[in-house]
Amino acid sequence: MDSIPRIPLAEWTDALIAYLQSNFGTGTQAFADGLEGLIKGLQGLFIALPPEFIIIVIAIIAWWLAGKKIAIFSLLGLLFVYNLGLWMVTMETIAMVISAVLLCMLIGVPLGILGAKNETAHRIIMPILDFMQTLPAFVYLLPAIPFFGLGVVPGVITTIIFAMPPVIRLTDLGLKQVPEELIELGKSFGSTFWQMLIKIELPLARPTMLAGINQCIMLSLSMVVIASMIGAKGLGGIVWRAIQTLNMGKGFEAGVAIVIIAIILDRITQNLGKSR
Amino acid sequence: MIEINNLTKIYGNNTDKALELLRKGISNEEIKKRTKQVVGVRDASFTVKDGETFVIMGLSGSGKSTLLRCINRLIKASAGEIIIDGRDVLTMPAKELEELRKRKMSMVFQRFALLPHRTILDNVAYGLEIQGIDKEERLAKAQEVIELVGLKGWEDAYPQNLSGGMQQRVGIARALATDPDILLMDEPFSALDPLIRQDMQEELVDIQEKLRKTIIFITHDLDEALKIGDRIALMKDGQIVQIGSPEDILLSPATEYVARFVENVNRSLALTASSVMVRPRYVVHPKDGPRTALNFMEKHGLSTLFVLDRFGKLKGYIKAEDSSELTAQGVKDLAGIIQTDMPTTRPDSPLADLLDVMAYTKVPIAVIDDNNKLQGTLVRGSVIAGLAGGRGGDK
Repeated sequence: MDSIPRIPLAEWTDALIAYLQSNFGTGTQAFADGLEGLIKGLQGLFIALPPEFIIIVIAIIAWWLAGKKIAIFSLLGLLFVYNLGLWMVTMETIAMVISAVLLCMLIGVPLGILGAKNETAHRIIMPILDFMQTLPAFVYLLPAIPFFGLGVVPGVITTIIFAMPPVIRLTDLGLKQVPEELIELGKSFGSTFWQMLIKIELPLARPTMLAGINQCIMLSLSMVVIASMIGAKGLGGIVWRAIQTLNMGKGFEAGVAIVIIAIILDRITQNLGKSR
Repeated sequence: MIEINNLTKIYGNNTDKALELLRKGISNEEIKKRTKQVVGVRDASFTVKDGETFVIMGLSGSGKSTLLRCINRLIKASAGEIIIDGRDVLTMPAKELEELRKRKMSMVFQRFALLPHRTILDNVAYGLEIQGIDKEERLAKAQEVIELVGLKGWEDAYPQNLSGGMQQRVGIARALATDPDILLMDEPFSALDPLIRQDMQEELVDIQEKLRKTIIFITHDLDEALKIGDRIALMKDGQIVQIGSPEDILLSPATEYVARFVENVNRSLALTASSVMVRPRYVVHPKDGPRTALNFMEKHGLSTLFVLDRFGKLKGYIKAEDSSELTAQGVKDLAGIIQTDMPTTRPDSPLADLLDVMAYTKVPIAVIDDNNKLQGTLVRGSVIAGLAGGRGGDK
């Protein structure tokens, strides 16, 4: 077995990245600039708005979508985060999560539809998703640096890679679960492809798709923390610095803030599917 | 008019070979053994006239649902022709097919197929929405049909809040909303409770009376087929084994299979007139006068009425048109228009002897006893229901 020469997978990967970098550098740069604009815009907005205002708006949204208990939890939780002095970094994190989730939906939903409609596309997309989800995040954290440098943009891009699979998978699944009789109904009345999709399939797939988006939000939140390793800042940045300086107290505070944000986002988005 | 010629559907990935064998007359099982292809519908040919209710009946797996879906090409047939308005559905381009489905035909489903995220009104308006009709107009039209099927007041409810019977009314309303010429109904009442099913059957007959659509109706229930169908096609193993009126099917089954099928129903020899007759609820007495008789007939939708004397003995019958003439002339007495040529029978006569009479008479058969007293009447519906083993007369 040792007589077979070692397969130079590492060298090939390096070569591929170098090739991509030199040939698609300008394209990725434009994308990175756009993304940076979105993230920075959201961050600027959240920081500019008075904290009281944001806290009350989130509590109202929580009340509306998830009920009184979650509303009270949101109110107290966010006040606690503010009290800890973590407000600014929390807003940075939320802006990153929102940017990542928006892009996941923008790319993931159409890919999910494609997968559900086209068996060949399905067979190509699914293994890629497996690859994306099981490849350790640190492994693609690194190649993001030569493309996008250090900072918030590569952090969000790796987050997108990590958090998008459930959106694609559950859009695909939701569309495939539409009962055959309802598909026949659409066709028997002469619906076009788009009419079928918009009037029948997507509304019926909605709860499943929203479960995917809920997962996407949770994964994004966990990933933006890891992405602080390549300079994404936010709450993760505090955690990362605390680890490096063995400052356990600071790290725990940031950790609790992340948990609070996670619970609020999860409960609100979980109930999106049920509300009607 | 729908004309189906030699329609064949074979499931599988290599249908050419199977088709060739099928044309040579090889059996379905043999074809399956040799080519791994499954024959769904085998060489079906029939014509459905405008305004006719054509029932395709068979047990599960007989290919009846496949045949129905070939007609609007939800399933693409392997061979044959489906001619509607002179165009072959099987070969028409996709755009034309879409138009045909939009305007010419609509479908009613076994499990209702209502959209859970839409209100009843929006469900009914679906077909119109697909046609691109603007909101105000399509909702007005949907409202009209909802009233026709007796669901007024439920417009804003969601399907899951309705009972099965009501849900299927929505399904029927939706199919009628686009005002299609052809209705394809795929076992629409199979999922309903027996009592609700009977109500729905009767209502469909009523609606059909008003609208005169061309209906192709699938069922596995012979009682239902007999009740609803103008003509019935019996299917077995993908093949049509007999096409005929309910009477034809019952009285002269074409094959052993049909005979066995109707065996349980063909009780005309065992049944007697008294077991299927209807109580003579609607009768007049000569002194009642033509105006009363006419009002009575109008109220109950009758075209003839039996006349009894004061001892309950049958004197004859009168026709609606005669009484209206008499009313116009101002004559007070019915005596002049009483006809006596109605068919009569005894309560213990076997039904088999009466079917021929039943087929040709325009007047209900009067069931009288030895003293010429009216015991009951035989109307088409109750006789067929009795033959079918359903409810007999309502005694």
